[in-house]
Amino acid sequence: MSLLPWTIYLSFAGAALALTAGTRSAAAARWTALTAAVASWVVALLAAKSFVPSNAAQTLVDVAWIPQVGARYHLTADGISLTLVVLTGLAATAGILFSWNINERVGEFFAFYLTLIGGVYGVFLSADAFLFFVYYEIAIVPKYFLIANWGSTNRQYGAMKLVLYSFAGSALVLAGLIWAYAISGGNSFALGDLAAAATTFTHAQQVGMFFLVFFGFAVLAGLFPFHTWAPTGHVAAPTGASMLLAGVVMKLGAYGCLRVALPLFPVGFEFWQPVIATLAIIGIIYAGFVALVQDDFKFVIGYSSVSHMGFVLLGLAAATPRAVAGSVLQMFSHGVIAGLLFAVVGRMVYERTHTRQLGDLRAMPLHKLMPFAATVFVIAGLASMGMPGFSGFPAELSILIGTWTTSPLWTAFAAFGVLVAAAFTLRVMQVAFFGKTDAGGAAHHDAEHHAFAPITLAEKSGAVLLLGATILIGLKPDILLDWIVPALQSPLMQTVLKGGVQ
Amino acid sequence: MNLDYAGLFRALAPETAIVVGALAVLGVDLTLLRGRSLATRMNVAALISALSVLVAFMLNGTCPCGRCWVGASGPVFGGALMFDSLANATRGGILGLVLLTIGVSTGARINRNPAEYLSILLFATVGFLLMAAAQQLLVAFLSLELASLSLYILAGFDKTRPDSAEAGLKYFLFGGMSAAFLLFGFSLLYGLTGSIELNHVADGLRHQGISPLLIVALVMVIVAFGFKAAAAPFHLWAPDAYQGAPTPSAALIASASKLAGIVFFARLLWSGLGFSAGNVSYAFTSVGWLPIVAVLSGVSMFVGNLAALAQTNVRRLLAYSAISHAGILLLGLIAVSRNGTSPIFYYATTYGIATAGAFGVIGVLERQGGCDSISDLAGLYRRSPLLAGCLMVFILSLAGVPPLAGFFGKFYVFAATLKLAGLAGVAGWLTILAILFSAVALYYYMVVLKQALVVAPAKDATPVRVPIAAAVTLVLAAIAIVAFGIWPSVLLGAV
Repeated sequence: MSLLPWTIYLSFAGAALALTAGTRSAAAARWTALTAAVASWVVALLAAKSFVPSNAAQTLVDVAWIPQVGARYHLTADGISLTLVVLTGLAATAGILFSWNINERVGEFFAFYLTLIGGVYGVFLSADAFLFFVYYEIAIVPKYFLIANWGSTNRQYGAMKLVLYSFAGSALVLAGLIWAYAISGGNSFALGDLAAAATTFTHAQQVGMFFLVFFGFAVLAGLFPFHTWAPTGHVAAPTGASMLLAGVVMKLGAYGCLRVALPLFPVGFEFWQPVIATLAIIGIIYAGFVALVQDDFKFVIGYSSVSHMGFVLLGLAAATPRAVAGSVLQMFSHGVIAGLLFAVVGRMVYERTHTRQLGDLRAMPLHKLMPFAATVFVIAGLASMGMPGFSGFPAELSILIGTWTTSPLWTAFAAFGVLVAAAFTLRVMQVAFFGKTDAGGAAHHDAEHHAFAPITLAEKSGAVLLLGATILIGLKPDILLDWIVPALQSPLMQTVLKGGVQ
Repeated sequence: MNLDYAGLFRALAPETAIVVGALAVLGVDLTLLRGRSLATRMNVAALISALSVLVAFMLNGTCPCGRCWVGASGPVFGGALMFDSLANATRGGILGLVLLTIGVSTGARINRNPAEYLSILLFATVGFLLMAAAQQLLVAFLSLELASLSLYILAGFDKTRPDSAEAGLKYFLFGGMSAAFLLFGFSLLYGLTGSIELNHVADGLRHQGISPLLIVALVMVIVAFGFKAAAAPFHLWAPDAYQGAPTPSAALIASASKLAGIVFFARLLWSGLGFSAGNVSYAFTSVGWLPIVAVLSGVSMFVGNLAALAQTNVRRLLAYSAISHAGILLLGLIAVSRNGTSPIFYYATTYGIATAGAFGVIGVLERQGGCDSISDLAGLYRRSPLLAGCLMVFILSLAGVPPLAGFFGKFYVFAATLKLAGLAGVAGWLTILAILFSAVALYYYMVVLKQALVVAPAKDATPVRVPIAAAVTLVLAAIAIVAFGIWPSVLLGAV
């Protein structure tokens, strides 16, 4: 357990080493980055192995940092953070495997990539609001450079939009946190202390602070109507970065909502609860319909991310233990599945066909030309639709059941969203991979002549890792739920969760 | 009045070291280096200047051993100067920033008379150092003028470029005008209180209400302050001065001069005029100079951030960014009553390092082919990875991205102002405005970084050769930004 902070340090060290190695050779940078990512992941898995679930977060490091403002370097881990740390390790490793074909400024690419990862690990482990925010912002700027330098379609626009949305969101969070900190007397940033002080705030203050902090984080979680950065950003990003953005960065927002906004300002939450749920449901259904009519393969996946993140936010809005447990499970599940989908679209298909237009892809019988990619996409698509046997199923089911006790109406709408998700996934699967095999001899003939490079070992191992994770959790969600459920019984969480522990 | 000349000399040992250094720079250049190349003269002059600044740095403050001869604490020379922890920390900060500027000068384009340039820079430094400790209106005014007159010369030093002459002239005209305002304000204060000692002025004002004459005096002082801090609407000189002046001059105006100015005015306004401050913490503001400062702060943030969005010239962009940062510094000034001066000291120091560093990078580029518009930075990552990396650190620190020092500076100021009374008054809402503007500001900073780190270099772009002294200076400055950001207590402990 106590090794867990090394996930952060190994990532930052890996970033520096990859930058240095990149000046020698591209291969050295790649292997350095992979080693750093795998090492962090191994640290996370070792910690998970020795993890004893309990309702108290386990302190990893706690030293005075900036005594003048009362900020402490305080890292803790409980079941929720551990789940997401393990996810980060997995997504980072797979993302590097799918970035193996980056050829330009390789050292810099992996330096930005691992800096982002280090920030993400830090957020998941922070127990001090100041520290949390510092790591949260460390994870923002590298995204800009990853997308603007190595991305595709409209990359500079997508990168700028994404980074401005993220930064505007974090400005709201900062405003809310400093406000709460200043009114509480300005002595401590510990989440527990802030929550204790918040009980003395007026109703208007709680409502205002919750608004700033929750919606600031929700921008990054893709809450409608602040979601528009996500599709453009995901599409513009290079594959490895898309996998990270959808896989873990959007989780940062949801995690911030869960870890900071909800427990600190329960009164404010009560006020905003219906608004959040409504926006989450609109997001689920609206993004699903938009995904249904996209022409660009990657945009479909981009909007599907928004739709699936809507479930996470709905689970948080429902605020029952089962729904919130489902939300955390959905964070893990979506992190894995979205990574897989982006890997297939961005790396396996686009790097070979050089098109993402569904109209063009329809003319190529990809299931014959790229059977591996087609198989992976079909499995990932099924998982994304929430088929039993994959991680999406227990997650979404648990959110829907948990939401029922709060409001059956919300459940009904969200369940409709599941159907929309099935519709757009099946449509894109059919059009992209099982296009007209016999449509016009000429087109078919052309397609036969496309000599697509074979799927590389790196891609295969990345895909297998992610597929394994979604199936493992699909078959045995208890692995994660056994960590998550006790964490929800902590005193901080209990202030906001209703309906007892199930 | 107790005129202790020996005590004065001990306290002013740093100033003495710098004056000796300035004379040595001129002397060596006139005697030993006649006929040598410009580069040699520049390097020797920079070396002597840097040594004198280092000596001054060591002589500054009180030595912990307690047996040393130099150093001072408390009032000196009958209370004309005040050597408290703020003064000593500020003097240390000023010396550090001047050292940075000297290092940056070695990489910039100084076409003639490098020794004169650096010696005038050192004279300006003496002015800054005295400003940080001045406790009496006349000493304050004289030290401000010493600094300002030196800066006018530095701004117009490059006689070969009309731009530089324009910068010098504009800066001089605005500065002269504001000095007149300040002196007039001081004379009214003297008339109202019968003293030029800050604590006597404070005593005199304690028992007076706000009279029309006092309001005129306050407005005069604030106008001069607005000019010095480049706060809107007194900012109009800044873009032209930053654009036209030689880069090290611009760096000095934006860094050490600003730190000295803000500390000087914080002392003047709070310890001299604190009883006529008024209040902006609650919805009903009361009359005094605080409401005026609050207005200047808000206007500066608006003007600085919005105008910066439209800039294509990188120096003008830095100038407007300086105006928006001035808005935040003024916000910090409002909170001095509650949190002391450490937020503004930290903010001004780290802002100075970052902006002087950015000017340093521009200076090196300028010497090798020009760097006017932002697009001239294109492909810097390939032309000089070192400069690109340093520029990234400086610009992100200006933008306030953690873990760099700019972030903690902003955070500390914002926390201080919100501690006044939450969102109950103008100060709180200005803070929220400042936080939201930081997202706007990120856009124009990212535009700069986009050119430097993303856009491919022009076809005819050549690698940039960075002089070794400038490279070392810039790297040290970047390290300082990171280190002060991660361990702010190092700087905060000094105040």
